[in-house]
Amino acid sequence: MTDRPEKSGSRLSAARFACYLVLAVLCFLCLFFFYMLVVNSSRNNFQIQQGFSPLPGSSFAVNLKNTLSNANIPVVSGIVNSLTVSALSALFATYFSAMTAYGIFAYDFKLRRAAFTLILLIMVMPTQISAVGFVTQMQSMGLRNSLIPLFLPSIAAPTVVFFMKQYLEGSMPMEIVEAARIDGSGEFHTFNAIVLPILKPALAVQAIFTFVAAWNNFFVPALLLDSADKKTLPILIAQLRSADFLKFDMGQVYMLVNIAIIPVVIVYLFLSKYIVRGVALGSVKG
Amino acid sequence: MPKRRKSVSYAKWGYVFLLPFFLVFFIFSFLPLCSTVYYSFFQYFRQGLQVIGPNFVGFDNFVSLFHTDLPRYFGNTLLIWIVGFVPQMIVSLLLAAWFTSRLLRLRGQAFFKTVIYMPNLIMASAFAMLFFALFSDNGPVNNGLVSAGIQKEPFRFLSSVWGTRGLIAFMNFLMWFGNTTILLMAAILGIDPCLYEAAEIDGASSGRMFRNITLPLIRPILVYVLITSLIGGLQMFDVPQILTNGTGNPDRTSTTIIMYLNNHMFSRNYGMAGAISTLLFLICAALCLLVYYTLTRNDDSLRMKKSRGRVK
Repeated sequence: MTDRPEKSGSRLSAARFACYLVLAVLCFLCLFFFYMLVVNSSRNNFQIQQGFSPLPGSSFAVNLKNTLSNANIPVVSGIVNSLTVSALSALFATYFSAMTAYGIFAYDFKLRRAAFTLILLIMVMPTQISAVGFVTQMQSMGLRNSLIPLFLPSIAAPTVVFFMKQYLEGSMPMEIVEAARIDGSGEFHTFNAIVLPILKPALAVQAIFTFVAAWNNFFVPALLLDSADKKTLPILIAQLRSADFLKFDMGQVYMLVNIAIIPVVIVYLFLSKYIVRGVALGSVKG
Repeated sequence: MPKRRKSVSYAKWGYVFLLPFFLVFFIFSFLPLCSTVYYSFFQYFRQGLQVIGPNFVGFDNFVSLFHTDLPRYFGNTLLIWIVGFVPQMIVSLLLAAWFTSRLLRLRGQAFFKTVIYMPNLIMASAFAMLFFALFSDNGPVNNGLVSAGIQKEPFRFLSSVWGTRGLIAFMNFLMWFGNTTILLMAAILGIDPCLYEAAEIDGASSGRMFRNITLPLIRPILVYVLITSLIGGLQMFDVPQILTNGTGNPDRTSTTIIMYLNNHMFSRNYGMAGAISTLLFLICAALCLLVYYTLTRNDDSLRMKKSRGRVK
């Protein structure tokens, strides 16, 4: 009887050890490739061809300069375009989704249930299925080679609306709105001055998700954008992939991938607490 | 009293607040979807500089889809999805069970969650480019394998059918297992702890508790993860497109449905592209209905939990 707790204690620590081991392997898998990326982007082409070294080289600045000034790949305008599309997407998606969610949450109108049901139904519908019509329609609207069709549609972002509505239900007291009405506040003013500040944490999390999704988006921009000065980063990466690879300076290849990935990683590391909580809260992210 | 109710009807504001969403949805999603379905019944493509059609051909596009390579690409897509999804589910369930275990009390959870979720935010095309560079015939991975003596000569990942498919599935696994773990954890933490306490008193082992309490109670979330992952799997594009430069090599064994759609879009065969899209739409619509039911059923269980909490 006396040795039983001890025995189960040692079994428990063995189990714990096994768990940490598996977790360590998974973390290694998650981090190792990015570590290789950062190391290789700091080495010159010759060093990279020599094989992998665990230590970074000293060519980071040179690679960065060469990549940004590469005549074949418009990296600087690519960064600017990607930033523009992502920032505007995040802005539109969060503001108008908050508005839509508040509309469903606060007002009792006839089509309320139908509207919410429709939003739930289309929530996980892929955008690719309407690509044919989208591209031809943008062509006839004169928006083919433009950034507008990349950010304007984020006004209708069903997943963000769903998240905002969940958040409103958990943290929005209607009494405040009624008090504001008695004080003579108009409905839009109430929304902007009272509801939005309450939604701030949800807005922040969804702004990050939308920004990242737009930043990473590849399929639709690849179909729409033709001219070099309009291309976004994922298209430049595809262009790099289809170029004659072996003639390329590998330092620049890794650097371009670096430019596409690392900013997101850095922002994530600062805000990971909120982002991870946001994933769990939304319980929908697709 | 009735006078006041009349003057304070805010119902019309609901429509005002919903207007931007539905206007944009109508213009940028609904109309394109309709014209996509419309095109699927037409012969409409480009031959050199000549535009053929649009001529109405009924269901011809759909019939020819089944005689061309579509079934094969459908198979590729599902196969690659399954190879990535099965380990993703197993690992995520394990991790979620460990992280929530009151017996293990693992430390550093915030760190582990941060790390395993990170690949989900990475640009898939850049990630694929990175893997292409790392796993190329004389890339760093092959260098490592040869110099460590594991492989006599470089293993040509991108010339081998399962090398390429395996890499795609592996990347999908890496990108999604963290997300699934967090979702499952949230579901497990939502289970009433009384159930575990009662089972503990009855002397149930932690394995049995997992099988008989946790698994049945998180089934709605499991179904949700399964269906959304399947929808995501059907959309698989960025990774195989960049990894194989759009060819789906070797011998188109890693060409996915969306890559096939993309090829038709680039050759401006809008009839065939429309037919593929319409088929996908029907499949996704059925899956979306399933998601809707799991979500709304989830809502009910949430409400029940809340009221139970209030009674306590």
